[in-house]
Amino acid sequence: MNGFLLDPVGLIVAVPVVSAAILALMPGYRLSSWLNMLACLITLLASASLLFTGRPPVGAYFLVDDLNIVFVVLNTFVGFSAATYSASYISHEMAIGRLTPAYLRFYHAMYQMMMFGMNLALVSNNIGLMWVAVELATLSTVLMVGIYRTHEALEAAWKYFILGSVGIALALFGTILVYLAAQPVLGEGQSAMVWTNLLRRANSFDPALLNLAFVFLLLGYGTKVGLAPLHAWLPDAHAEGPTPISAVLSGLLLNVALYAVLRFKMLMSANDRALDPGPIMVVMGLLSLIFASLMLYRRRDIKRLFAYSSIEHMGIVVFAFGMGGPLANFAGLLHMVMHSLIKSAIFFSVGHIAQIKGSQQISAIRGLTQSHPVLGWGLAASVFAIAGMPPFGMFMSEFLLVSSTFARQPALALLLVLGILLAMGALSLRLSGFIFGEPTGEMKPSEASFAPMLLHMSLVLVAGVYLPGPMVVWFQTVARLLG
Amino acid sequence: MGTLEFDIAHLLAGGLLLVSFMMIYQDRMFALLRVFALHAVVLSLSVAWQAYFQGAPDLYVTAAIALVFKAGVIPVALRRIVQKLGIHREVETVVGVGMTMLAGIGLSALSIVLMLRVTENADAFAREDMAFALSVVLLGLLMMVTRRNAVSQVVGFMSLENGLILAAAGAKGMPLVVEISVAFSVLIAFIVIGVFLFRIRERFDSVDITAIDDYREGHR
Repeated sequence: MNGFLLDPVGLIVAVPVVSAAILALMPGYRLSSWLNMLACLITLLASASLLFTGRPPVGAYFLVDDLNIVFVVLNTFVGFSAATYSASYISHEMAIGRLTPAYLRFYHAMYQMMMFGMNLALVSNNIGLMWVAVELATLSTVLMVGIYRTHEALEAAWKYFILGSVGIALALFGTILVYLAAQPVLGEGQSAMVWTNLLRRANSFDPALLNLAFVFLLLGYGTKVGLAPLHAWLPDAHAEGPTPISAVLSGLLLNVALYAVLRFKMLMSANDRALDPGPIMVVMGLLSLIFASLMLYRRRDIKRLFAYSSIEHMGIVVFAFGMGGPLANFAGLLHMVMHSLIKSAIFFSVGHIAQIKGSQQISAIRGLTQSHPVLGWGLAASVFAIAGMPPFGMFMSEFLLVSSTFARQPALALLLVLGILLAMGALSLRLSGFIFGEPTGEMKPSEASFAPMLLHMSLVLVAGVYLPGPMVVWFQTVARLLG
Repeated sequence: MGTLEFDIAHLLAGGLLLVSFMMIYQDRMFALLRVFALHAVVLSLSVAWQAYFQGAPDLYVTAAIALVFKAGVIPVALRRIVQKLGIHREVETVVGVGMTMLAGIGLSALSIVLMLRVTENADAFAREDMAFALSVVLLGLLMMVTRRNAVSQVVGFMSLENGLILAAAGAKGMPLVVEISVAFSVLIAFIVIGVFLFRIRERFDSVDITAIDDYREGHR
């Protein structure tokens, strides 16, 4: 047990759970927001150490491989910067009395619970355990979305709870079907739910059962990714919860669900006679992309606007993984990482803007570059980045994806470009309103900490200009792994 | 597995589906909750029977959870909530009962055809169990879409979840079934009883989802 707690994977899982317990008991929000940050920092360091030290051996419950290490490091990194941001966000919410100390205690404990759920889902090697972890992460975010207890917040949380639970239930049914498919080959019990065993023997599974399982899994976990027909919870949950949670939802939780889908996609590809999951994912991805791009035009709430943009980008990523092949997978992976970083940066700035203006209405936000230069230009740069303009990292991933798709399926590439352009149009339309014109509303300077936002943006910028060689090699390995 | 054991398991799983159908046409809150308790009892019997003939003692825990928690605690708590909120009048349904029943029959037929075709190579019991379980899951989903009342949506979700537990228990030797049923119970207890309905009532004076929707229309 001691050995387990000292190895990085043990730390990644144990630190959040222990700190959740401590935070639940600890009064005083200043101290607890520091502790929250500290816990996230330790988790981040533990996960970063996985990059340098050797990987732990593959166990029945935990697994660290080239694929999930990307997700784990990204998860803990954004978790840490969002915790940093949350500290300054929360002190403002306390000052205006939107949150009480008791709620804050709950908030911090739930933050760590959510980190625990997501980290556990990412490092688990057991599909049942992964399911339980995703459920845990969902549950804790539902409670956080409803934390303001306004009409809208409760409605959003309710919708999220209902749709999320249905999704999670369908995913469980899919998991059971995978077990049924594996059981004749791997024997009864634990070993038929261990992912590495499943992958090794996937070729001898019953293809029909596997197909059906994948449909359920895609629908179930796809609900949590926010794919088009199942996305209804996402904009509400993003708009009504505290902004650090919107950042974490967009930047991390969607990725965790996507990770689950990818794991099962790999299982499908390992079976020669099973359905090719690619086309389904391509269709769902394109549908989400185009639908969300059109929806961007009609938004009146700034957080809702960027929530739809998350659907759009998850659509692009799912499309990329659906296309498959080394180049598209590489683009998908890069796009996912860039999206997590920049979308959380956007929510960091949007949160401060909404706090200053006292409103999330788009019409209330004007002339930011004059009244709040750092926030205004920061938002402008991040919206540029998210719309896929050079020199940011998303330009590179979108360019790679579009060019590789053109080489293989020109018609699909046209649709993809159409979606991206539509989104770009909507975002630039809104952006000019945000940053130019006469400033309206509250003008007081913000006491925000800009460090997390600027850090994320500079990472995306650096990735757009220069990706370090070892990282490219590593991403290529993962892209090959994904098939 | 002998024929008698198989038949009893078959009977119990089929019974669960039948009770699911009974839930669909209940239009009174208290009756709905009583039928749900019956649903949980049948599930518990079915899981206990699986535990007996599979020789898997841990499934008894799942059966006990279903019996105590879902057939006892939850219906009683929901009953109190319903009384407190004063919504024991008729349940509103979006579509008529006849149409819902027809849709339910269609869904069951679909899931039986689908599962029997897909699981041709699996053993006979798992096949039928999965077919029943999928029907129960789909009927739960159907109930969630046809009801507008938050309490009956929760009941729909719980019946859906009973179907999942049936599937998990029927998949021979599946690990983590107990953990999963505990996780589900936590999910339900946490949200249903604790926070949600009380909060929704506090703010809306009604647990009718349409009230929330109406509110939203006016304020977006």
